[in-house]
Amino acid sequence: MKGFLVIDTGDTAWMLISTGLVLFMTPGLAFFYGGMVRAKNVLGMLMQNFFAMGLMAIIWVTIAFSLAFGNFGDGGFIGNLDFAWMRNINATTGNEAFALTIPFVLFCAYQMTFAVITPALITGATADRFKFKAYGIFIALWLVLVYAPVAHWVFGGGWLAKLGALDFAGGAVVHINAGAAALAVILVLGKRRGWPREGMHPHNLPFTLLGTGILWFGWFGFNAGSALAANGIAATAVMNTFLAASAGMIGWLLFERIKDGKPTTLGAASGAVAGLVAITPCAGYVGGMAPIIIGLIAGVLCVFAIQLKFKFGYDDSLDVIGVHLVGGLIGALLLGFFADAAVNPAVKNQGLFTGGDAKLLWFQFVASAVTLVFSFTVSFIIAKGIDKLIGLRIAEEDEFEGMDLSQHAESAYSFGSTGSMDRI
Amino acid sequence: MKLVTAIIKPHKLEDVKDALKEAGITGMTVDEVKGFGRQGGKTEIYRGAEYVVDLLPKVRVEAIVPDELADQVAEIIVVSARTGKIGDGKVWITTVDKLIRIRTGELGEDAV
Repeated sequence: MKGFLVIDTGDTAWMLISTGLVLFMTPGLAFFYGGMVRAKNVLGMLMQNFFAMGLMAIIWVTIAFSLAFGNFGDGGFIGNLDFAWMRNINATTGNEAFALTIPFVLFCAYQMTFAVITPALITGATADRFKFKAYGIFIALWLVLVYAPVAHWVFGGGWLAKLGALDFAGGAVVHINAGAAALAVILVLGKRRGWPREGMHPHNLPFTLLGTGILWFGWFGFNAGSALAANGIAATAVMNTFLAASAGMIGWLLFERIKDGKPTTLGAASGAVAGLVAITPCAGYVGGMAPIIIGLIAGVLCVFAIQLKFKFGYDDSLDVIGVHLVGGLIGALLLGFFADAAVNPAVKNQGLFTGGDAKLLWFQFVASAVTLVFSFTVSFIIAKGIDKLIGLRIAEEDEFEGMDLSQHAESAYSFGSTGSMDRI
Repeated sequence: MKLVTAIIKPHKLEDVKDALKEAGITGMTVDEVKGFGRQGGKTEIYRGAEYVVDLLPKVRVEAIVPDELADQVAEIIVVSARTGKIGDGKVWITTVDKLIRIRTGELGEDAV
């Protein structure tokens, strides 16, 4: 923590913008999910996402950032308390270990937006039944006990980074991590009443498409911002992000058209997000046509992955596991094929298709598997503990009434013919 | 007095309303309803999961008319609501025992 920061104004400007872009993804996610739930649950969904912007930010600067990024580059398992309570986080001095050209406080703020959206991703799987109080406690503990260590292993120069695993913007840290946690929580929560017998249709697909647009837009900050500089790698990441989303959408729609007969708007939204998830770990490490291949594969495979819940009988309500866990795994593993040192000199082991051997693929597999198992296990324990103490799930009559009224004493829509009669 | 009730396709409401007005009907009540008949339902697909939506939106039209007009009104509805395709709906006529206008207290056909 010595030495002065040489601030590059271009890098700083881009990272200021990226921070805003990534933060905007969380409301985008709220509407992406919110459109897919039934009308009686939409505020519950929006609230859980917006609430993450409140609570996660405070826990991040209080302790989680320090646990993730303290002891930077130690090859270890967890950070320290050097940066807890905003200590040593300011705009004028830097931390040489980080080799940043932006103010350290900006780095902390940028990473904070990741800490907000990652736990928020879980809400799609737990839709319509996660008690709000239990949710708040869960994500608070989860950020400290699961997100911070995993972020340290990968982004903080911890043991997975030392091992040689690559994760440009969070295929493992964000998507595999949140997806595995989602699976753990829904196993404790159980299914929504009536699922899968009752059709629980999306109540507002325009919301979902609007949310997808916001996510796609914000993802440029997520992926290209992860270059932490305004340079060629960031530019490559922008192009890769765009192409993977496009290819993901096309892959999903083509496949859906063949399988179910009609290309759907929900399919277009889902495919784009699947492509975005898959390109996340690869964004600044691959080039050329690789993002199109990665996006297409993710788009097609995720169509299959979302059917698994019907086979195994777990209620992954809005397909967080099918899209984020599986998409994250696809991206992390495909990086083992497409990583290219010509794109980014940080690539030490070439991918299988770019002249290397299977070494990187093995590292990618290890990083993915360890993240999955760790996140699932700790999340399961946290969820079980909360369930024992205060109950994880809302009461049956509350579930029937909906999240909006039962958890927040509001309803989203006060119009319509007979529905509004009692409100005149 | 008779109550003429019709279940029609929503997009035929304007035609029915105009035709009834032209025939001199002084009032009607309309609401949005759902139901099924021979037409059956429609299939919706969300992320590959198929749902059969078996209750389709329809419009219910009700008008109270003097006895001698009932058949004529029903006929007007049948003609103006018809598309010739399955799901056009039904019209029926029932007898009304008593009718009161709230504002004036008028009874029977005076209240129509």
